[in-house]
Amino acid sequence: MRAEPLGALAGSQAALRRRDLTMLGFVALLVILSLGSSLVTSFSFIDALLSVPKSFGWLAANFVPDERAIASLPKILAKLGETVLVAIMASVTSAVVAVALAVVASRTTRPSLCVGLAIRALASACRNIPVVAWAMVFLLSFGQNILTGYLALFIGGLGFLTRAFIETIDEIAESSVEALRSSGSPWFAIVGRAVIPSVLPQFTSWLLYSVETNIRDATLVGILTGTGIGFLFDLYYKSMRYPSAALVVLVLVVATVAIEAGSNALRRVMA
Amino acid sequence: MEAPIVAMLEISNLTKYYGETLALKDVSLKVRRGEFVAIIGRSGAGKSTLLRCVNRMIEPSSGLIRFEGQDVRALRRSDLRSYRTKIGMVFQHFNLVPRQSVVENVLHGRLGHKSALSGVLGLYSADEKKMAARLLEEMNLAEQVARRCDQLSGGQKQRVGIARALVQEPSLILCDEPIASLDPGSAKTIMDLLKGVAAEKGISILINLHQVDVAVRYADRIVGIRAGELVYDGEPKGIKKKLLNEIYGSSEDGMLYGEVAE
Repeated sequence: MRAEPLGALAGSQAALRRRDLTMLGFVALLVILSLGSSLVTSFSFIDALLSVPKSFGWLAANFVPDERAIASLPKILAKLGETVLVAIMASVTSAVVAVALAVVASRTTRPSLCVGLAIRALASACRNIPVVAWAMVFLLSFGQNILTGYLALFIGGLGFLTRAFIETIDEIAESSVEALRSSGSPWFAIVGRAVIPSVLPQFTSWLLYSVETNIRDATLVGILTGTGIGFLFDLYYKSMRYPSAALVVLVLVVATVAIEAGSNALRRVMA
Repeated sequence: MEAPIVAMLEISNLTKYYGETLALKDVSLKVRRGEFVAIIGRSGAGKSTLLRCVNRMIEPSSGLIRFEGQDVRALRRSDLRSYRTKIGMVFQHFNLVPRQSVVENVLHGRLGHKSALSGVLGLYSADEKKMAARLLEEMNLAEQVARRCDQLSGGQKQRVGIARALVQEPSLILCDEPIASLDPGSAKTIMDLLKGVAAEKGISILINLHQVDVAVRYADRIVGIRAGELVYDGEPKGIKKKLLNEIYGSSEDGMLYGEVAE
């Protein structure tokens, strides 16, 4: 009679011990993995941590814009303008294509299931591959120029915006689309009169977000493709003109903050 | 010799499966011109499915639907569209485009009659605009014409929905729980308007309702559905408590029967 509850107790204790052992094993694995990788890459976390104060000292001494840097400000601003314009152009053109793709792929409006699913898969592929990887791919075929950067941003933006637009349509336009379909409206009229007007504020918001991320990405891509403000930073940094490189970073920060503030203001007006 | 009275809408042996689940079983039903027919039943009994099979927003699994002599299930593409223009639909949640004005939403009801191009561009004729304005006056919405629909009350939104259905110049209007999200006052206004539409314009109304007392008060005929099967088809005065138990299940808890004979 007494053996049963005791047996159950022993069983649950064994289960608990097993769980503890699994946890311990997992932690041990993590420790071994990180120690192993730092050994292989000869990266020491302790050394890195200790060098932080020193590097801040270096930053304070070298990474301050000087007179020569100020003199190159017009050039920096011109390159910034180039980067911002490419980012905006990539966002706007990818948004136009994304609207068309999203309307065909959305559950609410798709004319055919197969085409819809194919577009979804394509958009996911475009989005899941990082923009920098796209830039590397296009670098091989188009070389170091502005088109390469534009294409990389366009493809990345297309994937992202198509997914965002599809979800917006499904969320917002479903009920009015049902009403117009039930009244015999042609497909184009449903899209033009019900879907687009309903989703316009959200689409604009996504477009602005895409412009913001594209400006950040364009800087990185520019280092690869040798264009825009990313190129200028790379150039100054490699030729050890640190004060000028510092000014590039400063200008970039100011521009990003300004653009975000601007697009937030636009969003408020649109709502 | 008088021509026999032909039903405008004739549903025979309609059955609908969602995968393995049976939603409608062998439902047969007739609606005459100008008739006000209410469908009552519990949530999930198949009322909505029945309504949407009529305009083929849901494809029936088997059975026959005839509308003004036409075989509805045989219709394809543009024939299906022009069939749908003859049938208006009013929804529980109104299904308007919230960011657009009242008159724009009403004019959406004309899109089925127009070419895709003039529809996309929103090129409505003067006659269509006049018709929309007249209907909005009938719906007592003349002052709200230019307002955005998201600024209207529920009752006003539903009146826009009715005007949108009427501007189609339909011969039948399907109403899917049109008063389920409205306060009692607005609900009465909507029901009175629908009743007037049937009586004055000769438009048939097929309406899903939760409230038995509303159905009894307004309908010419009541159809009761339980678990996808038709269990009553007759005059409102034939609705008795025993029958309601059959339609809604045996429990009377929480049921509001209103004025119903024992």
